[in-house]
Amino acid sequence: MEKVTAMDNALKEHISEALGKGLRLDGRKLDEFRPISIEVGKVATAEGSAEIRCGETHVVVGVKMEVGKPYSDRPDSGTLMVNAELRPISNPLFETGPPTIESIEVARVIDRTIRESKTIDEKKLCIKAGEKVWMANIDVCPLNHDGNLIDIGALAALAALKDTKMPKIDANGQADYHEHTDEGLALESFPVAVTIVKIGSNLLVDPTDEEMRVADARLTVGSLEDGRICALQKGGDGPLTIDDIERMIDLAITTGKELRKLV
Amino acid sequence: MAYKKRHDGRKPDETRPITAKAGVIPKADGSGYFKIGKTEAYAAVYGPRELHPRSMQDPKQGLLRCTYNMMPFSGQGDRVRPGPSRRSKEISMVMENALRPIVDLDAYPNAVVDVFVELPQTDAGSRCAAISAAAIALADAGVKMRDVVTAVAVGFVDGLIVVDLDYEEEAWKEGEVADIPVAMIPSTGEITLLQMDGKVEKKDLLAALKQAQPVFQRIAEIQRGAVKQRYAEINDSIEKA
Repeated sequence: MEKVTAMDNALKEHISEALGKGLRLDGRKLDEFRPISIEVGKVATAEGSAEIRCGETHVVVGVKMEVGKPYSDRPDSGTLMVNAELRPISNPLFETGPPTIESIEVARVIDRTIRESKTIDEKKLCIKAGEKVWMANIDVCPLNHDGNLIDIGALAALAALKDTKMPKIDANGQADYHEHTDEGLALESFPVAVTIVKIGSNLLVDPTDEEMRVADARLTVGSLEDGRICALQKGGDGPLTIDDIERMIDLAITTGKELRKLV
Repeated sequence: MAYKKRHDGRKPDETRPITAKAGVIPKADGSGYFKIGKTEAYAAVYGPRELHPRSMQDPKQGLLRCTYNMMPFSGQGDRVRPGPSRRSKEISMVMENALRPIVDLDAYPNAVVDVFVELPQTDAGSRCAAISAAAIALADAGVKMRDVVTAVAVGFVDGLIVVDLDYEEEAWKEGEVADIPVAMIPSTGEITLLQMDGKVEKKDLLAALKQAQPVFQRIAEIQRGAVKQRYAEINDSIEKA
């Protein structure tokens, strides 16, 4: 985590004072998401893509399908990989350089949400057992980072997977990126991630960059259309009571149902 | 068979459709968007801000630092591995060289002006789009500068002088191709980026550079229009408030 500055302390006081009156700095209710718009299929070079805006958070997610070798312990399964990078274009606090722990966490939580829900049947990505499989690479690229990248990135990842069209395979057994088939990826489930942050005794949905910076703790809950939980990640160094966790999961699942309708 | 008609029906001096915008990244101090055909660039300026480490600071002038990055799914072929490559480092450097002559860095001692460019999709001409987007972002940030910089590729496809080659023309198999990315300061005609892949006669190169002058002027007007549009919007919102 970045170190806490005097600015953060002042910001926390300001945000907490407003929350005491039931207000957020942008005027939202505590359980209210920012307006979301999603455009799919804009990126011509990706097999599937989604450009998402949620408030001022603006992210491009692309799916690139590559032909590769399967893992030796799972010769008949393709692979799925989620990568996220907090690029310095998107926020003044981000720097160039190798992936930070924050960006690795974002990628791994989105990855877990999709992987554990078995959204993609990896067996269907097998081309020739033991030799060739499809590798689905999902890249989450924020252009403007105003908080809540896990939820927004996961939603766009789902939209991009749904948008994906498989490339043709050429005579050499390689992907021909200039010829796509009509065949898509069959999505077996629709997981969504919802992050709830705790500031004082308040629980907030869809935190902005500022709210995330001052949060005591957060919980990301991946949930499925039948209400089951498919991924969890507690963040921040403040503790949560079991009662907190129950309220956060309820809030996340209710919110997740609304998000799922957008994809 | 000579290349007489362009494969997509464009005239030789016609670029692909261009969209330019300013103020597209709210977190940045200034930002620009430049899309030409299917090549799309976002640029953000952060700064002038303090340069770290302090040993890099120059009390006489500020530093202009560019970072060019293709999103992993933005290439015509396989996934582009994240992280800096030889190619992206070289392009970042030539971007700095292309933009530095217009920026008054003497105004920013000890500081850095950071320009970050991200490309969601590319179809050739990405370094030129990156430079054109970066110039809009610098103007939007209010950085002291004397003009924009406009960049576009000129070149030859099987003997025909063309501007703004796309991927299909760069990869043309039936004749020789020369791809020449050029950046120009439009008010003076001075050239700040010049690279080439291919083979060309000196007289043809000079002819192509001269013929392309009006194309640079047209693109510069689109860039300036994007910045003016942004400030008209800000003016309107102030007047309403």
